Amino acid sequence: MALSSQFINLLASILLLLAFAMLSQRRIRSLIRLFMVQGMTLAVSTVVIASTTNQSHLYYSALLTFSLKVVILPWILFRMIRQLNVEWDVETLINIPSTMLVGIAIVIVSFNLALPISHLAGTITRSTIGIAMACVLLSLLMMITRSKAISQVIGFLSMENGLFFAATSTTYGMPMVVELGVALDVLVGVLILGVFFFQIREKFESLDLKHLEKAEEE
Amino acid sequence: MMEILAVLGLPLAGGALLALWGHEKWAPELNSMASFCTFIASILLAWKVLVSGSMVVLNEQFFIDSFNVFLVVLTAFVAFTTTLFSRPYMRNEAVLSSLSNYQLRLYHSMYQIFCFTMLLALTTNNLGILWVAMEGATLATVLLVSLYRTRESLEAAWKYFILCGVGIAQALFGTILIYFASEKVLGAGGTALLWTHLDAAKGSLEPTVLSIAFVFLIVGYGTKVGLVPLHSWLPDAHAEGPTPVSAVLSGLLLNVALYAVVRCKILVEGALHNRFADDLMIGFGLLTVLTAAFLLWRQKDIKRLFGYSSIEHMGLMTFAFGIGANFAGLLHMTVHSLTKSAIFFSVGHAVQRSGTQTMEAIRGLIKFPAIGWGLMLGALAILGMPPFGVFTSEFLILTHAMQSHPWSTPVLLIALGVAFASIFGKVQSMVWGEPAGKELLHAQASLPILLHLAMVLLLGLYIPPYLARWYSEAARLIG
Repeated sequence: MALSSQFINLLASILLLLAFAMLSQRRIRSLIRLFMVQGMTLAVSTVVIASTTNQSHLYYSALLTFSLKVVILPWILFRMIRQLNVEWDVETLINIPSTMLVGIAIVIVSFNLALPISHLAGTITRSTIGIAMACVLLSLLMMITRSKAISQVIGFLSMENGLFFAATSTTYGMPMVVELGVALDVLVGVLILGVFFFQIREKFESLDLKHLEKAEEE
Repeated sequence: MMEILAVLGLPLAGGALLALWGHEKWAPELNSMASFCTFIASILLAWKVLVSGSMVVLNEQFFIDSFNVFLVVLTAFVAFTTTLFSRPYMRNEAVLSSLSNYQLRLYHSMYQIFCFTMLLALTTNNLGILWVAMEGATLATVLLVSLYRTRESLEAAWKYFILCGVGIAQALFGTILIYFASEKVLGAGGTALLWTHLDAAKGSLEPTVLSIAFVFLIVGYGTKVGLVPLHSWLPDAHAEGPTPVSAVLSGLLLNVALYAVVRCKILVEGALHNRFADDLMIGFGLLTVLTAAFLLWRQKDIKRLFGYSSIEHMGLMTFAFGIGANFAGLLHMTVHSLTKSAIFFSVGHAVQRSGTQTMEAIRGLIKFPAIGWGLMLGALAILGMPPFGVFTSEFLILTHAMQSHPWSTPVLLIALGVAFASIFGKVQSMVWGEPAGKELLHAQASLPILLHLAMVLLLGLYIPPYLARWYSEAARLIG
């Protein structure tokens, strides 16, 4: 028990590190690879939780995570960047040191926010709730700081990963029907975005959202 | 049970058929037909609830009570009348904006899928499925907003997707927290997210977790309601999409999102035994009403103008549910949805005639009575002029506010006054004056405009007793 709980904590810290790595990654290809690794870590941690707590339905959700986030979505994303010819694109606008500092502040805030919840949780993974919350907020930060459409989408997907981790670590996963529904929404969302990227590309000749005219705020 | 399957299955089947034949000459009629059948099924469902009370069916996955069945009927009705409007409108658009077959198929199919997701969100008993359906509604409409593929519409759709996606992710976190709290009481597994079970056990749910959960839920679903400061997707999405989509976004989707907030509020209220959830709704509501009213003044685009007006009214409803004026809130949901969709019908035809959405360039609509009078009367109705129904509901909200939260009345009155001055002046200059513009290829759809305005007028003069009983019953359920 103690060993597996340490192992889960290790995986959780890897997730947090990955969130920071994504925050500082300028290359789109590497970003997708990081997203793959994140999905893999998530699937492994779900399997570990499933085997230590004998929650058999978690095996299915681990399988779902693996097939969706390690195989299907990265495949779609890689294909997309090849077709759009943005494989070697680099984000130039981000200021990495200051984003990192904001990220550290976010981690501290989320650990404080998660404190009352983790006191109540009876799961062996309760110490990781703060990390899950931090992953969600770090992905949000990533979406805010990026200007390329694809990076924003990867931020969105990694936010979903954070939410999934929150669900497994606080409650051993949501009911299966809900998880299937969420997975379906994510998949459909990415497919729709694929169509969308080509439309943006056609109109703006670039996927950099800074070229979009600033929408009037009034 | 048959009725529920029909209500959900018909739009789904319609969506599938229209995905194949949405570009045919008769596709708009098929679209109307599917929505009409859905409407009939919803009436049958409502009748059943009226006779035998609330029901839980299909392995407890669906739950119908007076509160949601009334929204199901409203949603199915407005969705049907909007398809009537969409028939001539989209035929004109197909020529004016030279839409391809693919775009027409996409439009018709997604319209039905969108109706399906809204009806699913309303009827489901599972908070998780509610979330899935709300996200599905975003996905179904995002390609409709970018249908014309102009720069502005792509930008609006991108903003819509990202903002609502981020918002709704917060709601998922809130749902996870609710599951976390309920799992301790109800045990793990399928039943811990069912609203009926949660409602029965709400007294013993952990209050700290539920209060954190509600913050995430109101921010998440509130993004879709259009609550300030999360509203900025709404005017863009309304302005750039085809007008039937603006009409159902304003008239229906915002209601469904508010429904989700209110459902969660009932649970949180029962667990907390204090006014935390109410106060949050009052705060968000007032801020929204006030901000939207002042932003109305600066609008130049006619569809953005009415988009902001929707934000204002959603704020008013959120406020009404916050202070406990549930009857007035429900009535306002109904009349706002009928009036605002009627306005968008007139606006759609007005824009087609003038060839522009800029209000300064639209003149002399009165020459086309259904459009001019529709817009004028619709605007007067939405601004809360008697004898229309919006006056009744706003009056009820204001009197309730005076009794329970007197300090809020001047804020509301200022906001309503500013909104009146901004909208009335602008509409007046569009309706009168020398007519300009071109003939429409297909005559406008006057019937839905007149029907909606007549119903709003009727609700202002006289609320039929069975309807009043229905509202009171639903208001009691909200608590």
